[in-house]
Amino acid sequence: MNQSSRSNATASFENRIARYFFPLSILLMALTGFGQMPIYKRYYMSELPGFGWLADFITTRYLHYLGAALLLALVSYFVFDYFFLQRKNIKVTLSGYLRMALLSGIIITGILFVIKNFPVHYFSPQFIIFLNLCHLGLVMAFLLVNLYCLVFKKKWTMTRLMHK
Amino acid sequence: MAEPISRRSFLKGGLAAAAGMTAAGIPGAKAAARPDESSQLATLLDIRKCVGCEACVEACSEVNADKYPDPQKPFPKMYPSRAKVSDWSDKQDVNDRLTPYNWLYIQHAAVEVNGEEIDLTIPRRCMHCVNPPCVKLCPWGAAKQLENGISRIDADICLGGSKCNKVCPWNVPQRQTGVGLYLDILPNFAGNGVMYKCDRCYSRIAEGNLPACIEACPEGVQTIGPREEIIKKAHALAKEINGYIYGEKENGGTNTIYVSPVPFEDINQAIEKGKGRPDFKKAGDTMADANNLAAAMVIAPIAGLAAAARKAYNYTKTMKRSGSDESIQ
Repeated sequence: MNQSSRSNATASFENRIARYFFPLSILLMALTGFGQMPIYKRYYMSELPGFGWLADFITTRYLHYLGAALLLALVSYFVFDYFFLQRKNIKVTLSGYLRMALLSGIIITGILFVIKNFPVHYFSPQFIIFLNLCHLGLVMAFLLVNLYCLVFKKKWTMTRLMHK
Repeated sequence: MAEPISRRSFLKGGLAAAAGMTAAGIPGAKAAARPDESSQLATLLDIRKCVGCEACVEACSEVNADKYPDPQKPFPKMYPSRAKVSDWSDKQDVNDRLTPYNWLYIQHAAVEVNGEEIDLTIPRRCMHCVNPPCVKLCPWGAAKQLENGISRIDADICLGGSKCNKVCPWNVPQRQTGVGLYLDILPNFAGNGVMYKCDRCYSRIAEGNLPACIEACPEGVQTIGPREEIIKKAHALAKEINGYIYGEKENGGTNTIYVSPVPFEDINQAIEKGKGRPDFKKAGDTMADANNLAAAMVIAPIAGLAAAARKAYNYTKTMKRSGSDESIQ
């Protein structure tokens, strides 16, 4: 494999990560996250062929944690790749900043949830209710903003104009 | 010789970092995630002493009567129709199982002790787990755990989705339809009442009193105290009577420790089980599997960083080697 074809393979692999893995991890997180509420069984979604596991809170929680690890790895990769290599080529758009802010909020509240679920008493019941509402509210906002961006073709980043 | 990033090197870089971190462990994480056993109150139940007089059951009902549901009827029609009404308001006297109006009942088990068949009577209620799934997995935070280990459900907030019942290894919380916050939100489409269970008389304990069931027991079946002390007492008692312990390790540890002269497998076979009638099965730690994945969440960003750093390093090296000073494309 020569240099050029390797670069193409690299670019293609990264594009696939951005295009498929990231949305897939968001989809997994949203699906399993909403599964923490007792809605899938009541509304027959767990009766769709192959989706019976949606009614099992322990399974959905496990997958939510797995999805969170995948999402954190991808977000970390994108952020560091931006600072190491891409900063000169691309800039984050306004909708990109908005989505990053919402995603950061989701990740921070999610991390606090993970801590809360250990056998410890770091948080008061009132704070836990606040966390629940924040996490859900941020997710709803993130999904709505992403839907808007999908419909109106808004991207996270745009190419910088290079002046030589 | 350095190569530009490929799928293989990306995965290799990430996995190597992940493996390294796993091997190194996360300093202090284990200690930080351990419960404070000195602050949690536990109860020891010496099954031999219980005579099944139900004084505890009556005391529980008397003390908690003002917390019992007072549902509005007719109940709102729920959609889809599979959301069933759970109505115990006309069966408030039922005391042979857990209900929204009966948070403690006496379970009977005909077992053999020293060759003699006896009828064991066992008070059953919420186990008050050390890390209660009903509390930790409640989607709204309606279930709470107090610093002294008591888990209770806030009837003002609970929407009655019954998730707490499903994640509880003993399916303890019980639902009453037609009461609670859901009536003020979307009663036809979301929620279904309020979940009820033993709150171990948390307000009495806060005032320095004993829970009603302990105070009323004429036989002194239950003892309450800091968990580590209760565990020591349970082991001493089990050793003394050559008996068996249940509740110390079940579901990762509970604050209700039973000591019995017969194995709990035998008791489990002898008792009537089913809805509202908890068993004595071996219960694994409901919270543990996902909690163990927390380490992966610590490692994941580092794996992402490692992959990005490797890519940047390889790219820079390749650029240097080719003598190119062009901007990064």
